[in-house]
Amino acid sequence: METRARDLGVGLFLLVGAAAIAFLSVSIGGSTYRGPGGLELAVTFDQIGGLKPRAPVVVGGVKIGQVRSITLDADLRARVLLDVDQKLSLPKDTSATILTAGILGDQYIELTPGGEELLLGQGDEIEFKQDAFILERMIGRLIQNLDSPETENSE
Amino acid sequence: MSAPLDGVARLGARTLRFVEETGEMARFAVQVGAALLRRPVRLRRCLDELYDVGVLSLAIIGVSGLAVGMVLGLQGYNTLVRFGAEESLGTVVGLSLIRELGPVLSALLVTGRAASAAAAEIASMVVTEQLDGLRMMSVDPVHYVVAPKVVAFVVSMPLLSALFSVLGLLGGYLVGVMFLGVDGGGYVSSLEGSIDVFEDVVPSLVKSLVFGVLVALIATFRGFHAAPHSAGVAAATTSTVVVASVTTLIVDYFLTALMGV
Repeated sequence: METRARDLGVGLFLLVGAAAIAFLSVSIGGSTYRGPGGLELAVTFDQIGGLKPRAPVVVGGVKIGQVRSITLDADLRARVLLDVDQKLSLPKDTSATILTAGILGDQYIELTPGGEELLLGQGDEIEFKQDAFILERMIGRLIQNLDSPETENSE
Repeated sequence: MSAPLDGVARLGARTLRFVEETGEMARFAVQVGAALLRRPVRLRRCLDELYDVGVLSLAIIGVSGLAVGMVLGLQGYNTLVRFGAEESLGTVVGLSLIRELGPVLSALLVTGRAASAAAAEIASMVVTEQLDGLRMMSVDPVHYVVAPKVVAFVVSMPLLSALFSVLGLLGGYLVGVMFLGVDGGGYVSSLEGSIDVFEDVVPSLVKSLVFGVLVALIATFRGFHAAPHSAGVAAATTSTVVVASVTTLIVDYFLTALMGV
């Protein structure tokens, strides 16, 4: 009987340990978005700032997908592939913006649907986009403007 | 001989002794490896050792993991809040636990809790000539005594390290979200956003696997080659804890550098 209790303990230990590894790998280490995907879209940005693969893609603040990959295209611009819920009907003139959560937080992509009747299909390119907001550049520009107030309105 | 030459000679003797010991240890590792491949598979012995190493270490690993996570939560919060970045608490707690503290601290705890016991057990078997008894019955002590212990350490270490990390994450959540008022969703999403399976979790498991092999070999080697008297048992236990802890910390540096995490 005592051996049985021991074996039970060992079995339980192995199961709990395996569960911990699975939790770390899948739940914590896996994708941040576990909703439906399937529709692949592409956007080409000049500047993506700190955007990383697996960053969330949202519409109106609701997560609908994630960044699948970021590569450099032939024109040396950042080509970002998105994986979003294929059940959504996103119009052709949807625009993509790279935003930051808080001032220093992680970056994510927000899609803003337009009014076009035609819908985005598999592998389509999103034409309207806005690059990442780089805080350091903005501050740099602000300081420049403060130094020379006469050119303030030229920007 | 003059005094300075004495010192040089001592240094030489020590170096030779170190090289000799490293060589013996490598031969011992090969013996253990060969014993692991040889039949019969001692499943009963492995399960008993798993109980001693794994199950009995659960309490200390759990409590320590929780405590370390809570401290990380507190320290991380106090630093991050100055920059208004307390939403990144999950990143701080998660990365430090999974990449470093989980594998290293659980290896140190298992060294103190189980490796010292394993060394003392084998050393006292040397003192009481039980290993010779086994040899007389033509049972290979490496196969019967050492190999199951090594299996138990190697299997337990990654599991214990993962449990340590999970409980640490819980501890960080407890302090950060429940006590200090960090947004719970922010904690979890910054955690999920910064931890990657292949960049963080797998290297962490590889680390603890390597630590498991090293700690097991050091403990069993020290016990196996203990001097056959009661002071020998004490010496084997002490040197196991010292050598295994230092080895863990040094090897951790190289593993981190190698795997780029």
